[in-house]
Amino acid sequence: MSAIFNHWLTQNALVIGSFALVFFLLRAGARNERWQRAWVRLKCDRTGLIALGIICVYLLVGALEMLRVPNGGGPTRSIIDVLTASIAPEKTYSAPLADELLASPLHEKTVGRHLLGTDVLGKDVFVETLKACRTALIIGGLTTAIYIPLGALLGILAGYFRRWVDDVIQYIYSTLASIPEILLLVAILLVLGKGLGTMALALGITGWVGLCRLIRGETMRQSERPYIAAARALGQTHWKIVIHHLLPNVMHLVLISAVLGFSNIVLAEAILSYLGVGAPVGTASWGAMIDSGRTELSRDPFVWWNISAATVALFGLVLALNLLGDALRRAFDPKRG
Amino acid sequence: MLSYLVRRLLYAVPILFGVILITFFLDNVMMTPNEKAGRVLGNKAVGKTREEWIRNRGLDLPMPTQFVRYVKKTVTLDFGTSWQTGREVRKIFLNGAGPSLLITVPGFFAAFTASLALALFQVFVRDSPLDRGLTIATVALMSIPTMVYVIFGQAVIALGLSYFPAYGFSYGGFGMVRFLLLPVAIFIMINLGYNTRLYRAIFLEEIQQDYVRTALAKGLSGTRILTVHVFKNGLIALITLVVAQLPKLVLGSLLIESLFGIPGLGNVLVQAIQNADQPVVMASVILGSVLYITGLILTDICYALADPRIRLS
Amino acid sequence: MSTPPLLDIRNLTIHFHTENGVVEAVKNISLQLAKGETLAVVGESGSGKSVTGLALTRLLPEPPARYVSGEILLEGRDVLKMTARELRAIRGNKIAYIFQEPSTSLNPVFTIRSQIAEVIHLHRPEVTDVDAEIVKYLDMVGIVNPAQRMHDYPHQLSGGMQQRAMIAMALSCQPDLLIADEPTTALDVTIQAQIIDQLKDLKKRLDMSIILITHNFGIIEGIADRVAVMFRGKIVEEGATRSVLSNPQHAYTKALIQCIPQLGAKRKRLTTIDHAELEALG
Repeated sequence: MSAIFNHWLTQNALVIGSFALVFFLLRAGARNERWQRAWVRLKCDRTGLIALGIICVYLLVGALEMLRVPNGGGPTRSIIDVLTASIAPEKTYSAPLADELLASPLHEKTVGRHLLGTDVLGKDVFVETLKACRTALIIGGLTTAIYIPLGALLGILAGYFRRWVDDVIQYIYSTLASIPEILLLVAILLVLGKGLGTMALALGITGWVGLCRLIRGETMRQSERPYIAAARALGQTHWKIVIHHLLPNVMHLVLISAVLGFSNIVLAEAILSYLGVGAPVGTASWGAMIDSGRTELSRDPFVWWNISAATVALFGLVLALNLLGDALRRAFDPKRG
Repeated sequence: MLSYLVRRLLYAVPILFGVILITFFLDNVMMTPNEKAGRVLGNKAVGKTREEWIRNRGLDLPMPTQFVRYVKKTVTLDFGTSWQTGREVRKIFLNGAGPSLLITVPGFFAAFTASLALALFQVFVRDSPLDRGLTIATVALMSIPTMVYVIFGQAVIALGLSYFPAYGFSYGGFGMVRFLLLPVAIFIMINLGYNTRLYRAIFLEEIQQDYVRTALAKGLSGTRILTVHVFKNGLIALITLVVAQLPKLVLGSLLIESLFGIPGLGNVLVQAIQNADQPVVMASVILGSVLYITGLILTDICYALADPRIRLS
Repeated sequence: MSTPPLLDIRNLTIHFHTENGVVEAVKNISLQLAKGETLAVVGESGSGKSVTGLALTRLLPEPPARYVSGEILLEGRDVLKMTARELRAIRGNKIAYIFQEPSTSLNPVFTIRSQIAEVIHLHRPEVTDVDAEIVKYLDMVGIVNPAQRMHDYPHQLSGGMQQRAMIAMALSCQPDLLIADEPTTALDVTIQAQIIDQLKDLKKRLDMSIILITHNFGIIEGIADRVAVMFRGKIVEEGATRSVLSNPQHAYTKALIQCIPQLGAKRKRLTTIDHAELEALG
């Protein structure tokens, strides 16, 4: 079973499946009239469009690293591995675009120059930075896939049914909210162990509270609108009201939260790396690269390229996500923001 | 007022119970006594030593009994001893709070004042290119990881301003100020972006209220409307957010303290986390929750004091 | 040379620039108001009546609003050509406002006293005993025990009392013109009558012009000397209140008058207005 799961074809199918799922969810949302109006406004928002473009580039790079191709008889390689195969490993901490190349004199001054130097293991920093995109997207994607349905569903249930359902859900999230997020994260990770999956699970457990609160409030507002009373009077089931009336009217908040939440997850990964509960060793991650910068910057001559590359890459993604989130908020609710 | 406080404290009980349940679950249910003994005593200790260790701590008792003992201990603030250092967790926390507050309190108030000024300025020049530029700048400030602030801050100091030490701490006197200056500055930077954005949003919300139109119709200047009418309303809205954060300042800043080698609670926690020192981490979870609830109660009280519309009852 | 009327609006056109295109809120309207005269501007929501009221001291936020053409002459001076400082000098001082929703129009975190004192300090710096002045005006608008009530916050007063406090604030700088923008719409019916009676009383006692903006023909009788009916940004009928009420010319005016519920009149259903038909009439 796990052999099938770990097979590169299954993995590729999962990756393509996830991207397709996101695409179809957005398509489904776009049938809503409110989303169409927002899209028209977003198209006039230059900052938002630039941010969206940048995010697409990150998604593309991450996808290229996620998709694997067979490599003769050996372990499979990612497409980025294939594309950068010409860049040979180099000695530890070679500076960006250094003239001297030890491994293969043939490539001198042409391909294979280390655009951003190499790290402690002699790996090319530029390639590692691109590869780390995958880690960020996997953690962000998995976490989002966990906390968004959880937060949205519980929020709608609490806001629609009120009474004891609301009491129970409120109690759970008040309790979770009372614990400082980073401590809860660490406590869960200490017990569950390191790994991308557990990290996503821990981030998911702590992450749904804010969304749930938001959706609960909006659902309560929507429930007081006449159209819900009308749907009830027509004898529609609770299930139908939740799915056909409430969900479409709160989905834009979910979308905005998902975008802004993604940026928080990427930032949290960096902190968790420093705390020693981040991505497992051997996985390229911006957090780990920044963390290694602590010692590298105190070397003489100091190694600035590793931490700088990771910082710029992480900053670019987080900034783009934040700006897109703001742009979406403006597009959906032009009176504010 | 008093009856309100009592009721509020009673509300806190189930929440604290929930938090204790979570830590108990993570601490004891998810981890077998054997694993624990292995972590504390090292994997070499086997057989009798392990069994004895487990028995001494009552880890062989049935779960419900263990839970009752756990609750009792927690309520009496007995968090056990650190696996790492063997010191009492309560003492560790008491010693760490001081240095933490030295960074977070000045940093918090400086960040609050600076953000408030910046947000008001942005609202004053709202919808201008300057406002848009500052908005992007505040988002950019938020998008840089704390680690990067600290690491580059230290690098700049190592390169140039060697008067300020890049690492370490000393108690008392001017020396201490030298050690604190950079950490506090970085604490401000970290909070500036987020705060400013939030405060700006709050003031912009106030600007759309009807009373602003009334004030305009009275012939008041834009500056006066902003600094008197909008400011007071916005400030009351801000108090909710700000006061709630005050108690948590005791916990310090994890990254700043550990990266600068300041012996505060944040630093203690980072070491505990890196060494998987479970008693310290779990105690901090409970402490954090208590501080959070304290913050909520403080918020309500301040709200009632500041806003003429609110009466606690 | 004859003195100019207090207010002379000439060919005023105001547009709103929204994302869905330009909305013509006020289309080429002209109105005159003499000193001491009371004019009612009647129309339903969206007819441009409130926009016109706010435009008189350029209170509309620009953008989205844009004054496309026309003049607003206040004692012969064009408001639309005034500097920001000159505008502030007439706001509250020559032209004062009361708005629809007293509970949100008063600043919730300042006392009535400080909100009225603020406007007196601003426009009448010569007044030394500000508190006495505040008491005088609160008393004038029928607030009982004004010396104590002035220390209240808005939320401590009832809706009717809040609106009286708003009126007192508006009167406190002895304006030449009071613009009452739907002053009774947010209030209970009995309170509405009290506020209108209060305005009638004030109109008699103070030599002040009033523009009463309302959707309700029922409240203007006995207070307005003249009435202007607005429909879709245009003035469709204007005349002495009595003659308009007894002999309305325009179909829209007739429809609005029919909408006044009559005490004791038996009707199967409330009258509604058919806009398509009115549009066809032009």
